Amino acid sequence: MPAVLIESSDLFRCRIEPVARHSFILSKGSAYALQCEAPFPPRPDGRGIHGEIPMTVTQPPPTPDAPSASAGAGISVGSDQGTSLLLSGSEAVARASIDAGCRFFAGYPMSPFTNLLESFSKLMRGPERVCVAAESEIEGANMAIGAAATGARAATGSCGQGLALMQEAIAESALNETPLVFFNMARSQQDYFQATRGGGWGDYRTIALAPKDVHEAIEHTHLLFHLADLYRVPTLFYGDHFIAHTEVGVTPHVPDLGPLPPKDWALDGRAGGSGRSKLHWTWNMGKVLDPGPGPDAHWRAVAAKFDEIRRLERRWEVDHPNADVMVVSFGTAAGFVEHVARELRAEGLSIGTFRPITLWPFPEEALAEATEDSRHVLVFEVNAGQMVDDVRLSVGDRSKIRSIGGISADESGLRYGALLDVPAVRARILAATGLEAAR
Amino acid sequence: MTRTEPPATPASPSTLPSASASTPTSTPTSTPLVLLDTDPSRPPAGAQKVASASPRLLQSTEHHFCSGCGEPVALRLLLEVLDELGVADRAIGVVGHGCYGGFVTTMDVDILQCLHGRAPSCATGIRRMRPEAVVFTIQGDGDMINEGLQEVLHTAARGENVTCVLLNNGVFGDTGGHMTAATVVGQRTKTSLEGRDPAIHGYPIAVADMIAGLSGVGYVARGAVHSGPGITTTKRMLRRAFERQLAGAGFSLVEILTMCPTGWFVPAAQGGTYSEQQLAGAYPLGELAGGGPAGQATAGGGAGGRVDAAAR
Repeated sequence: MPAVLIESSDLFRCRIEPVARHSFILSKGSAYALQCEAPFPPRPDGRGIHGEIPMTVTQPPPTPDAPSASAGAGISVGSDQGTSLLLSGSEAVARASIDAGCRFFAGYPMSPFTNLLESFSKLMRGPERVCVAAESEIEGANMAIGAAATGARAATGSCGQGLALMQEAIAESALNETPLVFFNMARSQQDYFQATRGGGWGDYRTIALAPKDVHEAIEHTHLLFHLADLYRVPTLFYGDHFIAHTEVGVTPHVPDLGPLPPKDWALDGRAGGSGRSKLHWTWNMGKVLDPGPGPDAHWRAVAAKFDEIRRLERRWEVDHPNADVMVVSFGTAAGFVEHVARELRAEGLSIGTFRPITLWPFPEEALAEATEDSRHVLVFEVNAGQMVDDVRLSVGDRSKIRSIGGISADESGLRYGALLDVPAVRARILAATGLEAAR
Repeated sequence: MTRTEPPATPASPSTLPSASASTPTSTPTSTPLVLLDTDPSRPPAGAQKVASASPRLLQSTEHHFCSGCGEPVALRLLLEVLDELGVADRAIGVVGHGCYGGFVTTMDVDILQCLHGRAPSCATGIRRMRPEAVVFTIQGDGDMINEGLQEVLHTAARGENVTCVLLNNGVFGDTGGHMTAATVVGQRTKTSLEGRDPAIHGYPIAVADMIAGLSGVGYVARGAVHSGPGITTTKRMLRRAFERQLAGAGFSLVEILTMCPTGWFVPAAQGGTYSEQQLAGAYPLGELAGGGPAGQATAGGGAGGRVDAAAR
């Protein structure tokens, strides 16, 4: 079993490996595929600059249709169907967006979203698909609104810091009913409130999907474009640097998500001068000869639509429901929690996991059912305690709920810190259930 | 289409040729004296209909604008130019937030009513997805120069093939007369009660002059609608801007000085004089970049052309 020296810049990519057990790549281009033989040893100094990790080293799988070779305008949708490609999460999401028919992307670089912008920029260079290097997040989001108002599938994104600047545009697209996908490649899980509550004006909500890994990120990308068109709403992707940077072998596919309503509202200019021209506006006033409902009725209708979405679009994943201990977590963190839960179950503990896939609409009833007979409901999230609010709104007996996550950033502030690691998650679960001393 | 054509109303009573002469002391005649002819089917004596009173692309002549406002004049010119160029059926407008927003429901072209200041960015997205469309924005000085200065500068520098129409009255008219980045020195507003003082409020930004100096610009001009000649000149500027867009010449901007007597706190009848003396005094009229052979004041170098300020 050869030992491989892990450099600090790559370490964050490796930490996911004991959980996901996907092949991964340490450096682009000349990489080896590595399969971890055992969970990583705890880092002695808590910072983990490098260490010797036991690994199986193999050559990377062949990539007959490498993304660089097919970059540009002429990417044919479905040409990679069934072909396994080695892609970073950012490349995979950008390609999935194009497969979903995305024709417009605008973004402003900000780590770890930067890689996604680079991927779109590399892949959307022709007149049919456009990536604009926007001069600010505000401009990028409003360019995307303009593009989507013509009926084209469009997207933008940033990390939470940039999404903060886009809140007005998110509310705008919700209230003027412009389908649009916002990608948040977040630095942490501290954007949960931003994703689920938002900071724009008016009565609106945002469908927010939090993928656990790159494979799910691809599925979610297709789903987000579909749901945006289905309901004429903005949708949000909650990823992180693991999703953005981890390179995995993926098999692109275009799911059949069902029919969509025609975009008869889209602006094309063709009805100008005919008396049937269109007005796209959050007030939905229509034109003087064909009046719309106006703000009061329109905003009620939009709110009713979000109620309908809340009823129909909740998604979640549950493992061993109603175990003694249920741990609730989302996104990449859920991968760590599920790994620890498997370990603890093997050691005889009654423990299950619950993962909201849609952060909004939050799967309230499902969580209530899955924790009804549990003694402990633990919430692990890498923030000061945000999703725990939704857990409290869902679980009948609040006294069972403990928040066991916390703020944890590395020295750069751009990535997760030491808390998002298998031993740390394990210790928090055992401490909260009072089982630590017994072991 | 069921557009209502406004009735061919006669000129107002005060301008009727017979009105001033037809006083009770005038010489009685054998035919009954008509003091005010209200029958729209009969034009007044000497009247000659030269054009429809309403642009074809205006669906209603009702509006809620103040007396003496210059914006309806400017918007009328815009609609006439779109119609005359034959591009109404491929025009998409993006409208910002200001009094002119009151026209989005009556202009018979596709409109995206966007966030304050962001119209050039939205227009960029529309332009990139619909290369065949004629894309324009309508913005006020508060919208373009205060809230959205970054948007318009970057869009111009990017050379986006869109036409931005700036209605500059030097004041936030929609909120009731507050200082904008275009309020001229000395101008009284509700947020510069003693008049704009550079020591306190700084100086106004002449955005058209800034943009005229950028590469990527196809045409920049500044007109005004406080006089008959100004109106016809401004219409030519609008026409030229859209012709440049149709030729793919890059970004174009037409700034139009419009009267806002309400926001200037002057009687409606003095709006024109105020505009001419205060606004046009600070913002000289003329073509600033890309003016062709028929250009009035300058001849720029076409797309990306720079114009020496002295040439104005």
